[in-house]
Amino acid sequence: MRLLTHNMLSCNIKGVTNGFPLRIEAEKVVEKQLEINHDFLRNIFPKIDWKAFSDASRIMGYHELPEEPPEPSVLESDAEFLGKFHHALLELHLEEGALICPETGRKFPVSKGIPNMLLLEDEV
Amino acid sequence: MSSRPELQAPPEIFYDDSEARKYTSSSRIAEIQAKLSERALELLALPDDGVPRLLLDIGCGSGLSGETITENGHQWIGLDISPSMLNVALQNEVEGDLLLGDMGQGLGLRPGVIDGAISISAVQWLCNADKSSHEPRLRLKAFFGSLYRCLARGARAVLQVYPENLAQRELILSYAMRAGFAGGVVVDFPHSTKRRKEYLVLTCGPPSLSTAVPGGKGEDGESCSDDESSGDEENQTVSISDRHRPRKKQKINKKGKDRGWVLKKKEQMRRKGNVVPPDTKYTARKRKARF
Ligand SMILES: C[S@@+](CC[C@H](N)C(=O)[O-])C[C@H]1O[C@@H](n2cnc3c(N)ncnc32)[C@H](O)[C@@H]1O
Repeated sequence: MRLLTHNMLSCNIKGVTNGFPLRIEAEKVVEKQLEINHDFLRNIFPKIDWKAFSDASRIMGYHELPEEPPEPSVLESDAEFLGKFHHALLELHLEEGALICPETGRKFPVSKGIPNMLLLEDEV
Repeated sequence: MSSRPELQAPPEIFYDDSEARKYTSSSRIAEIQAKLSERALELLALPDDGVPRLLLDIGCGSGLSGETITENGHQWIGLDISPSMLNVALQNEVEGDLLLGDMGQGLGLRPGVIDGAISISAVQWLCNADKSSHEPRLRLKAFFGSLYRCLARGARAVLQVYPENLAQRELILSYAMRAGFAGGVVVDFPHSTKRRKEYLVLTCGPPSLSTAVPGGKGEDGESCSDDESSGDEENQTVSISDRHRPRKKQKINKKGKDRGWVLKKKEQMRRKGNVVPPDTKYTARKRKARF
């Protein structure tokens, strides 16, 4: 699972009012190269919750992202920033670990890169 | 035993390791799923600007549908309830991110972040109660409600489904409408049992020009609508039902519903697969007033 997906995921256990962001427990992170696409990055940028994203990138061992959300204009001009954004969003994969609901502490295990988001009957 | 997988076992049991392998290694299945996915993407009608979008593949299975998304240049997140299917997707090194999850429990995604969703041959599974705790209506409600919320306003979801019968199609569609979607069903090749395919084409947000349901495909490329004005029985035409189009007023002349009207109605019901009594000399015969 990449941080792109992590940034969209939210815990939907019954009764939970703020299930975002899921806290990451990283046991194993792998990097896979992907060709950069500026159009995609510009299109997705406004939808990214920056704080959750930059926090998550640090937990994944990447420390190059600013903590504060950058001005959208950097997407037009700053190739270096785009490269970092791309790397953190699409090239870091959480292979093993867990996602933890910020409200209930419920742990969703991540194995072979796949988060198990199945809820128990009493969580639906 | 029924040939419908949906009636044999719950999806996570039916799609076990051996079925997942069989499913994915069949070139016939791969070809069909690729075609369905291409058509779903076409119906999704994303802006033609070359910008890769973030899409959802619901019931992504082993990634056959997702591969079509990748080929079209988009990023995707796939959700499936079967670990075996997802394992095959891993072996095939699909480009999308995979989630093990049950759409009937609702999608755990933030509001308004997804640019579009497709689902190929999966949503009809929600109509079955596979556990005592399963209530299909509640599961449909949770699924469509959460799908509506996670889509960006104006975004579309295209769900290719194999409903067991007309009632099941109506049930699925009614829960989509209740969640707030506009849209309807596009039927490709409606008069061919083999090639007939149904797509729910749903738009997130209030009805507008852009939510009008597009035409389906027929042998002759013609399209026509599914209501009273529906044309030529001989032709391989295409049906569309669009819930946001005002229902055409039935044309009833002063004499009331005559034999021609009744015969036409009965024919329509037959085409929909309903059991209709045969046409005889008694059909629509006037009854005596004292009857
Ligand atoms: C016929 S396969 C289609 C897979 C893929 N979309 C394709 O085109 O090859 C149907 C898939 O739907 C999945 N499915 C059924 N019920 C589901 C549910 N409640 N939640 C998530 N996935 C489900 C099954 O596990 C199976 O992988």
